[in-house]
Amino acid sequence: MPTKRPKQTTPKQPAADATRLRVRKTYKLYIGGAFPRSESGRSYPVHSAAGDLLAYVAQASRKDVRDAVVAARKAFAGWSGATAYNRGQVLYRVAEMLDGRRDQFVAQVGQAEMSTAEVAAGEVVSADAARAQVDAAVDRWVYYAGWSDKYAQIVGGTNPVAGPYFSFSLPEPTGVVGVLAPQDSSLLGLVSVLAPVLATGNTAVVIASEDRPLPAISFAEVLATSDLPPGVVNLLTGSTAELAPWLAGHRDVNALDLSGVVVADRKALQIKAAGNVKRVYAPHEPDWFADPGISRLGAFVETKTVWHPIGV
Amino acid sequence: MSTLARPDLRDVSRDDTSLRRFLHGLPGVDQVGAEGRAAGLATRSIKTTSKAWAIDTAIAMIDLTTLEGADTPGKVRSLCAKAARPDSSDASVPSVAAVCVYPDLVATAVLALRGTSVGVASVATAFPSGRASLDTKLHDVRDAVAAGATEIDMVIDRGAFLAGHYVQVFDEIVATKAACGAAHLKVILETGELATLDNARRASWLALLAGGDFIKTSTGKVSPAATPPVALVMLEAVRDYHAMTGERRGVKLAGGIRASKEAVRYLVMVNEVAGQAWLDPALFRFGASSLLNDLLLQRHKLASGSYDGPDYVTVD
Repeated sequence: MPTKRPKQTTPKQPAADATRLRVRKTYKLYIGGAFPRSESGRSYPVHSAAGDLLAYVAQASRKDVRDAVVAARKAFAGWSGATAYNRGQVLYRVAEMLDGRRDQFVAQVGQAEMSTAEVAAGEVVSADAARAQVDAAVDRWVYYAGWSDKYAQIVGGTNPVAGPYFSFSLPEPTGVVGVLAPQDSSLLGLVSVLAPVLATGNTAVVIASEDRPLPAISFAEVLATSDLPPGVVNLLTGSTAELAPWLAGHRDVNALDLSGVVVADRKALQIKAAGNVKRVYAPHEPDWFADPGISRLGAFVETKTVWHPIGV
Repeated sequence: MSTLARPDLRDVSRDDTSLRRFLHGLPGVDQVGAEGRAAGLATRSIKTTSKAWAIDTAIAMIDLTTLEGADTPGKVRSLCAKAARPDSSDASVPSVAAVCVYPDLVATAVLALRGTSVGVASVATAFPSGRASLDTKLHDVRDAVAAGATEIDMVIDRGAFLAGHYVQVFDEIVATKAACGAAHLKVILETGELATLDNARRASWLALLAGGDFIKTSTGKVSPAATPPVALVMLEAVRDYHAMTGERRGVKLAGGIRASKEAVRYLVMVNEVAGQAWLDPALFRFGASSLLNDLLLQRHKLASGSYDGPDYVTVD
């Protein structure tokens, strides 16, 4: 057996082995299955909730948004055309990968979300709290993976019509969905908004939490190492206020999830989204640990109704 | 450069020996230097009003092309409609320079473009391989011209060129030029098959000496097609030819140019290498099909401030 590898370290923590040079990670964007730096060359510092510098991450520009939308559009035909069963299998594979990197996520979520109150009290965030969130995130992903070949039976169905017709309605994916991920819940929140978008056959351009992006970038690595086709999820880090208007105004984006935008800022984005009549989903921030139900599964689908003549 | 010192060009094509001596006496191309120069020119930043100008100029320089075995008269007619008015919702978009089709579809295109400024170009001479007898090739050209083509895109015999039979290639171009009559002749060098930039330079000069009105990079059927270093070498050739004779000949880049950004970079190169006079559809063309849609999307972006997608342009 090789020697046990040191746990992931951050700039703040001392290296596990003083004789080794620390391998610092470059946090980049995730576009079209690759991890490019921002087209603009910019980066910005990310701090832990306790105020320590964790890393510099890529700061996406509007052109990265454009590239991400192009990648998502290119991936849409393949992903939406895959069978629902196949999508479920691929999403389940993502959960397997996520589960395998649980320790890394527990560390990152802990750093990102230790509350200022806990800092003030001198309390170290309990690993249990972070672990609970990571566990919930894995379970949430599995939950939606299971729904991918079942929601159509719930959301769709046959319609009783007065005539010699067999009429049925079925949900179809809306298209490219712009997702503004929750700002506070760095992993569970992200998973809870992204999984239903994918389960219903859409492709996504995600803008991660601005101040807590590290779990999201690591999650992109999980996506890259599962069987998800390139471009189905594209993840950008940077200023939400800078990027959101470009995403909302982009006429090749079909829907917008405003979960990560405070209520006061939503109206301006909704107005921009009206340019090409995007489907906009702007729910109240829920308790992410609570049972999500299936409301998000119906958020980004278009109902197609077919009338088929019968009888004669 | 040393070619400038060379005297009378009429003597050059007198016989095989003198033609060979001239072509092999051309200065060799420094490939690393050419790639470096092309990459350097690609770093120029073209923004706002310059970009708007470049986009409209590039649109006006397009030979909108469809060269598929599956081309139908209906497809050619819709291509012609798009050529005359690229954006149905915006009359300020200029028409493209020409449409480019196979000879048997020239009549359809001519009919569809009557009353517009758009020319009809036709590939001929056993395009794309050029592997046919001279008689067959010339017949192909006469057919296209008789059907109303105003521009003929011929392919050179790459096999003869690579074997060193320069006079044969030269004579074929001369004969094709004669068969064209009033139609403009574009000579396709197919640089992707010529292997070296030295050969690209020799083929360019050969085509210019033989009377080609344009030199064109590629058929679009071979990869690599138009690349920045090849474009650089060909633009240098027309520049030097102008310096020697006072006559301006054109360059057409074809194959693989799909993004507005690439097109704008080539315009920068045209301006810097050949000169401003070449920023004119009469002297510089893009052979392309999907490039037009990308230019239109960029135009929408400049006008509206938000990005568009493929839903807002025609499906070709």
